[in-house]
Amino acid sequence: MFALFAIGTTFSVASATTTPSQSAFARSAAIDEGREIFLKGCSSCHGLNLEGSAVAPSLLGVGAASVDFQVGTGRMPVADLSAQIVRKRPVYNPEEVAALAEYVASLAPGPAIPTDASLNYERDGSTAEGGELFRTNCAMCHNFAAQGGALTQGKYAPTLMGVDAKYIAEAMATGPQSMPVFSDKTLTPGEKLSIIKWVKAVEAEPALGGASLGRVGPVTEGLLIWTLGIGLLIGVAVWLAMKAR
Amino acid sequence: MTARERVAGTVANYVDERTGAAAWMKKNLNKVFPDHWSFLLGEIALYSFIILLLSGTFLTFWFDPSQREVIYDGDYQPLSGLKMSAAYASTLHISFEVRGGLLMRQIHHWAALLFMVAIVVHLLRVYFTGAFRKPREFNWIIGVGLLTLGIVEGFLGYSLPDDLLSGTGVRIAEAIIQALPVVGSYLAFFAFGGAFPGEAFIPRIYTVHVLLLPGIFLALITVHLMLVWYQKHTQYPGPGRTEKNVVGYPLFPVYMAKAGGFFFIVFGVIAFLSAVASINPIWLYGPYTPGQVSAGSQPDWYMGWLDGLVRMAPPLETHAFGHTISWNILIPGLILPGIMFTGLALYPFIEAWISGDKREHHILDRPRNVPNRTAIGAMALTFTIVALLNGGNDIIATTFSLTINQMMWFSRIGILVLPPIAFVITKRICLSLQRADRDLVLHGRETGTLVRMPSGEFVEIHEPISAEKAWTLTQHEQPVPLELPATDARGLKRPGAIKNKLRNRMSRAHAVAVPKVSAQDLKEIEHH
Repeated sequence: MFALFAIGTTFSVASATTTPSQSAFARSAAIDEGREIFLKGCSSCHGLNLEGSAVAPSLLGVGAASVDFQVGTGRMPVADLSAQIVRKRPVYNPEEVAALAEYVASLAPGPAIPTDASLNYERDGSTAEGGELFRTNCAMCHNFAAQGGALTQGKYAPTLMGVDAKYIAEAMATGPQSMPVFSDKTLTPGEKLSIIKWVKAVEAEPALGGASLGRVGPVTEGLLIWTLGIGLLIGVAVWLAMKAR
Repeated sequence: MTARERVAGTVANYVDERTGAAAWMKKNLNKVFPDHWSFLLGEIALYSFIILLLSGTFLTFWFDPSQREVIYDGDYQPLSGLKMSAAYASTLHISFEVRGGLLMRQIHHWAALLFMVAIVVHLLRVYFTGAFRKPREFNWIIGVGLLTLGIVEGFLGYSLPDDLLSGTGVRIAEAIIQALPVVGSYLAFFAFGGAFPGEAFIPRIYTVHVLLLPGIFLALITVHLMLVWYQKHTQYPGPGRTEKNVVGYPLFPVYMAKAGGFFFIVFGVIAFLSAVASINPIWLYGPYTPGQVSAGSQPDWYMGWLDGLVRMAPPLETHAFGHTISWNILIPGLILPGIMFTGLALYPFIEAWISGDKREHHILDRPRNVPNRTAIGAMALTFTIVALLNGGNDIIATTFSLTINQMMWFSRIGILVLPPIAFVITKRICLSLQRADRDLVLHGRETGTLVRMPSGEFVEIHEPISAEKAWTLTQHEQPVPLELPATDARGLKRPGAIKNKLRNRMSRAHAVAVPKVSAQDLKEIEHH
């Protein structure tokens, strides 16, 4: 137990100390690279100095987390400006995303990208508490089993199935599109981790009662009984009432 | 006589000497029932009901109808340690710890959905074939009663587990009760034994769900079947079938075997669905707390149209004399369903009043031969389907990349515009089909064989249809419109002249038809 604790502590101290010394140089290189990418790929909408424009918000103060979420999930650069900016294949590779995030974060402070250590939901957090918090704070848009749901005017809360823990955490921290920001005062980091833990538990949960029918409630159940259920039985009824030939 | 026959005879005689059943059985086992697949739809409902009784009894062995707060420590880890009602905890217990419990819950729920589907399709068959006409009006009313109680019973069952979805449904039910002007809030207080959610509601609806309503169901179903027995089953028109006979097979052995077999097939289909498809996964919904709600919360399908009506209602409210009247709930939640069910129950009497037909009918109508009725049915069905679709507007919107606003406006406009369109189109289709029947009888079947005449003209050979078919297509009576005079013999206005005028008008609409082929027509065509 003590050994485990010791290893954990040294590891975290080590990683905390190596980052700045290693980075001072590397960081300024990354910022430069990020600036290049930004000027080519983003500035036409977000402005040469991140000040934003009529079609795009200012990026001053959105933080690295926001950039990592929007660009890392492929939402940015945007393909079309209809009801909602959708998730798609990322345009930039992870290094480019990291460079962009460094650059945007270097101009004004904002939420940082959560570290892997802070996202260890397999070790920390409580599934049951996470479920309770999810139902209180998230289910009204994302549905009881995190399958997503409809919002007004064609907007929607996307499904959380198959979404990286990091992106869920960033979404809570930055509140992309219609989503509110869940600051650390609204939900503590521990509570957020519990929510992630619960989402991951639901994702991994096998379909306990047979085919899940999409986990969207009674609509698909009604559809199945009106098609397969009564369809089979009417078929049998026709067969039963046929005259022997 | 073999030994086995001797034993059977002794047993039968023993029973007969004590009950006198032989004479009754001899008469009734030979009772004849007509054969048609659509006559088996009501049976699906009956068998689902039996399955509901059996599976429901199983569930009561473990279900604890109490809103007492407990801490969950069962097998389902994602809820471990949470506070919940005993009702919800015991439903989890049934799902995860009772052997076969989850299967039984799913059988109970799928059977409930099938029960309501079967009632509705049976009702549609009875309606569109005119089986509700004299002498079966009472049985129609009993059927409408069973449909209504089925909706209530289903909703109570959906509410019992006290999960997040059922609690949301109960909350809406409470809102609908509260929408009643003046007395609403008092009634809600009585129903819940205080403020929502309280601790009284689940124990109360449990008694209603497992005792009162099943008892009423048993009584009504018994009367429903006894009336079918006593009045004899209707039959489709055909040669040899009259208003005075029933053509079909005897109850024993043919129907005993068919019905008995069909019961097991219904059970089999329900068990199959329950084994392969999840229904109402309450462990995912979580325990009910008034502060929570899920996106896409829906009722089961038989309440979906009601939810759809509420969802499309514009936000109307009035305030008068210190009372708020929420028209946005009152109209879709109470007034419209009230009108719909009253109209449904009274339809046989309304039609008889319009047509002035007071005779008994045992031969069914082909839907095309009563265009007005068929069109009214299509109209009502369209209304309900638009409402039902809007009940799932959020799921439909996300599935088909629509917006929820488009769905809402489609429903708001569609529910007013589409039913009349359905009426007109259905009536036209019925009349066209009548015309097609007329052509078929007069000119026979098109054979597809073209013949070139010496003059160079091409004609298609038509083959006369069989006498049986011709009978089936022409046996029906065509309604004659009422002509109630507006004045009496002395030229004075009769009382109720306006009513009579209206009745004449509706009667004319009801009697619209393409003249069917008469014997005279056939003779004329033979001369050609």
